[in-house]
Amino acid sequence: MSAVVRDRTIAVQRWSRVSVSAVASLGLLLLVLAFGPLYLGADYTDRLTTLFIYVILAAMWNALAGYGGLVSIGQQAFFGLGAYAAIRLSNAGLEVYLALILAPLIVGILSVPLASFALRLRGGEFAIGMWVFAELAHLLVNLDTLVQGETGTSLIAISGFAPDARRAFNYWLALAVMTVLVGAVFFLLRSRTGAAIQAIRDNEEAAASVGVRVMVTKRLIFVLAAVGCAAAGALQLATLITFQPKTYFSVQWTAYMIFMTLVGGLGTFEGPILGAVIFFVVETLFGSDGVWYLVGLGASALLFSLLLPRGIWGALSTRFGIQLMPVGYRLQFGARAPEEPGK
Amino acid sequence: MWADQILQGVLLGGYYALIACGLSFMFGILRIVNLAHGSIAVLSAYLVWVVAEQFKISPFLALIAVLPVMAAAGWLLQRTVLERSLRSGALTPLLSTFGLAVVIDNLLFQRFGADTRSLAPDIGDLAFNSWDLPGGASVGQLALITFVVAVALLGGLQLFLSRTPLGRAIRATSEDPDTAELVGIDSRNVFAAASAIAVVTVAIAGTFLAMRSTFDPYTGATQLIFAFEAIVIGGTGSLWGTLIGGIVLGVAQNIGSQINSEGFLIAGHVVFFVVLAARFFIAGRDPRALLRALRGATTRGATT
Repeated sequence: MSAVVRDRTIAVQRWSRVSVSAVASLGLLLLVLAFGPLYLGADYTDRLTTLFIYVILAAMWNALAGYGGLVSIGQQAFFGLGAYAAIRLSNAGLEVYLALILAPLIVGILSVPLASFALRLRGGEFAIGMWVFAELAHLLVNLDTLVQGETGTSLIAISGFAPDARRAFNYWLALAVMTVLVGAVFFLLRSRTGAAIQAIRDNEEAAASVGVRVMVTKRLIFVLAAVGCAAAGALQLATLITFQPKTYFSVQWTAYMIFMTLVGGLGTFEGPILGAVIFFVVETLFGSDGVWYLVGLGASALLFSLLLPRGIWGALSTRFGIQLMPVGYRLQFGARAPEEPGK
Repeated sequence: MWADQILQGVLLGGYYALIACGLSFMFGILRIVNLAHGSIAVLSAYLVWVVAEQFKISPFLALIAVLPVMAAAGWLLQRTVLERSLRSGALTPLLSTFGLAVVIDNLLFQRFGADTRSLAPDIGDLAFNSWDLPGGASVGQLALITFVVAVALLGGLQLFLSRTPLGRAIRATSEDPDTAELVGIDSRNVFAAASAIAVVTVAIAGTFLAMRSTFDPYTGATQLIFAFEAIVIGGTGSLWGTLIGGIVLGVAQNIGSQINSEGFLIAGHVVFFVVLAARFFIAGRDPRALLRALRGATTRGATT
């Protein structure tokens, strides 16, 4: 028995020196990014907007699978519905950027009744059930005469803005939406609900037995992920302008989300953000290689799920005991004791 | 005309039962929802197509040559991917098999391109011949053969599981691998054998898919969804339920196609959700409340 262990003074901390400086640098980074369109070229502004969309998608899929234990192969449903709702709202005469903001909220409201249905499905049933839902949503949107089946339509109203102004607005909207949504996950995880969410992630039955309201918590995550994916779809529409149902309701989007989350780190807060950056870089470098690039994405998802289930970030943070964002608590044993890697 | 639509729907259901067979078997035994199921069916279809074209032989003969290959693939799938996935939690098999599906689909695309293929030209008259029934309806020969093969395969699997030593070993291992080990069963090999059997049925289904319609590298996702819908409609875990589920799905799709050009797929998905909703509704009823209501009714009946 070493003296260290007898030293029973335990301090519970939320912040470490690393996380304080991480949060500070993150704030600084966001501030620098906020002025992006003023000093970045058109190309970089567009590319960063895309990166923000990826971060949103990865963070949402991670919230669902990594914390809610819900693997969905149908998140493209919300992605497509978000874009479709924006088209519909704008067509009804709403100011186009207001339509882009309202669309995900409407999809969120629609997802509430869906949640009570879908969440009764378990494991693989939920996964493919959501996929069937996405297929059905796609087919129903195709029936809308405004969309004209697979021909599609476009967000005509946004062409009223000059290309530069449009590019800057899209960038700011994407940055704002990303900050709000990732921030929402952050505060959710720090809240009382966050403890419940992590308990559910670790063991659903055990969590229920200590009084965690599993269904309420899961519904919250489900709706958040629906709103987030819908917002990403609306943002994608703002950058592409054209709406072809096939490209929005494609299962490819979920494949991207799975890749980003698995490679970055399923069930960690920082992981999916890292995963989105990796995906962004990989896509920039190899996206033009077409099929082999997709084979690589699938193979990475397969290998990471088997060999490194908590992704790159999960491996790093267990190995070195670092956590950049203070979403959990850490135990600090007595003054001389080495720092314990906390949750 | 409606009677004919329903008849064709029933026959189509035979194909859905066939494609669902392997998915249902794997879910029942290994407790894995194999998201690469459809992709493996399409992979088999390509293999049969390649062998049939290469040696100018009937697809049925080509299938016989491909079956051992797919059995080996099923064995490997269990030993390399599924076994490891199952150890790391309930979600991992979904993620790994989804990754595998993306890999298979895109490798097929890389090798065979976007052209659609079909085995229909290779089976001659069988592709379009039909038998006339009294009353003006007719039954496609291939559709009927598919239906019969589905029933034979489902029945055969049922018999295999209940009557043969390997079938019993598979059921025992599925119940509790550790206890099965105690009575001398090598659970790893038994699971691998179960996976090989499942993939063999998928290869058969893939061949029938290729004979009855066209396919391309990305056809797998739709097949997975149809197979899954058949299983859920019929009630998970029952092989005969899968046949009924397939028939309900096929009939719904055929009726839907009469209503709207996209009605075929929409009706299938809608029936799937309606059946799920009904299942939840029934499960949500408290049996004791039902019993009380019944008792109340009988006492009321007694007093009046």
